Amino acid sequence: MPLFARLYNFACWLTHDRAAAEDLVQETFMKALKGFSSFRQGTNFRAWIYRILRNAFLTSQAGLHAPVSLDAEDDAPLEPSTAETPETLLLARLESESIQAALHELPVNFREIVLLCDLEEMSYQEISLAIGIPMGTVMSRLSRARKAMRTMLAAKLQGAPR
Amino acid sequence: MNCDLDREKLGAYADESLSPEELAGVENHLRACPSCAAEALSLVQMKRATRAAAASLALQPEFRMSQEFRLKLQQKMQRERRPLWKRSWIPALTAAVAALLLIVGSATMFLRHGAQSQSLAEALDLHIATLASANPVDVVSTDRHTVEPWFQGKLPFAFNLPELQDSPFKLIGGKLVYLQHSPGAQLLFELRKHEISVFIFQEQPGIVPFNTAVTATSKKGFSVESWNQAGLHYVVISDTSPGDVRALGELLRSAAR
Repeated sequence: MPLFARLYNFACWLTHDRAAAEDLVQETFMKALKGFSSFRQGTNFRAWIYRILRNAFLTSQAGLHAPVSLDAEDDAPLEPSTAETPETLLLARLESESIQAALHELPVNFREIVLLCDLEEMSYQEISLAIGIPMGTVMSRLSRARKAMRTMLAAKLQGAPR
Repeated sequence: MNCDLDREKLGAYADESLSPEELAGVENHLRACPSCAAEALSLVQMKRATRAAAASLALQPEFRMSQEFRLKLQQKMQRERRPLWKRSWIPALTAAVAALLLIVGSATMFLRHGAQSQSLAEALDLHIATLASANPVDVVSTDRHTVEPWFQGKLPFAFNLPELQDSPFKLIGGKLVYLQHSPGAQLLFELRKHEISVFIFQEQPGIVPFNTAVTATSKKGFSVESWNQAGLHYVVISDTSPGDVRALGELLRSAAR
């Protein structure tokens, strides 16, 4: 998919709304044109334009009202992994729709980082540029986002008839 | 049972983002720690499932841009275009701005002419995206004997590239691309600092409806030439002159005979 279509797709994920996504993409391109002098050649163009898009989203009406995770204290120490999860097998039963629904329900700061990493396949460094957070924070936020997503999916599975 | 390996490291393991030393450390740990191994497997599974779920949704109409919106965006960008062009003088930046504008401009410009033009517009999008990319090609070589075999097993067809020693063109490399859901090859050539994309796709009537005769068009600075030959579609796109594009087209046509 060309970059342009991908940006629109990402905007849909952020806004959950076609008209808002169109506004966002339009604003992103306008800002990209106006601010092109701030783009340093040789740096990452994709990360730069995604950063414009998400900043535009965060200052939009939809962005201001989007729920943000309160579990976002990225620098707090992370708990060690535990053996509490026999979810491995359960996850195999997950359907695409459940995952899409969980993504939609994730707080926006978690949703964007999971999508940039898993769908856009950005490196941690690109994500760090796109979101404007240090690499260490990228790792911890991703970890928290995935944990939140798994909790949601596990709840869905438990609620679903077997 | 707890252990001291944190989830971040396991996440980075699933994302293939560990340094070689870290990777060796984590793999050692995973061999000895069943709970972390299960956790790592679970993370990898979820990453794959998330990617598949999000990608399948991207194909749905509500996640795709409408043509009306493309057109509207193009009109709006055209109004903004002129003053910006004057402002950005640094040549490299100017070229990138032009690429950005043309992603929109070219796409809508061609869409009006139906499905054939839509394929051309997609090819143009691919060309522009390549110009904007930090890694324009996946196989980097000036030698066609390196580039051609790289596509073996990746494409359901084979093609011949011309020898370029006695021509002004230089091969830069190639990569795998998709046009209207069909896999194809994108070859990148260079001529006096201009980059030229050559797209080669399998002929599939109704899917990639290019003309059968050699068709040359030139719009908004890009010269495009397309033709069908031996069951394959060729599209050559560049911002060089139509004559240069034709010259490369001729070389490709004689190599394919």
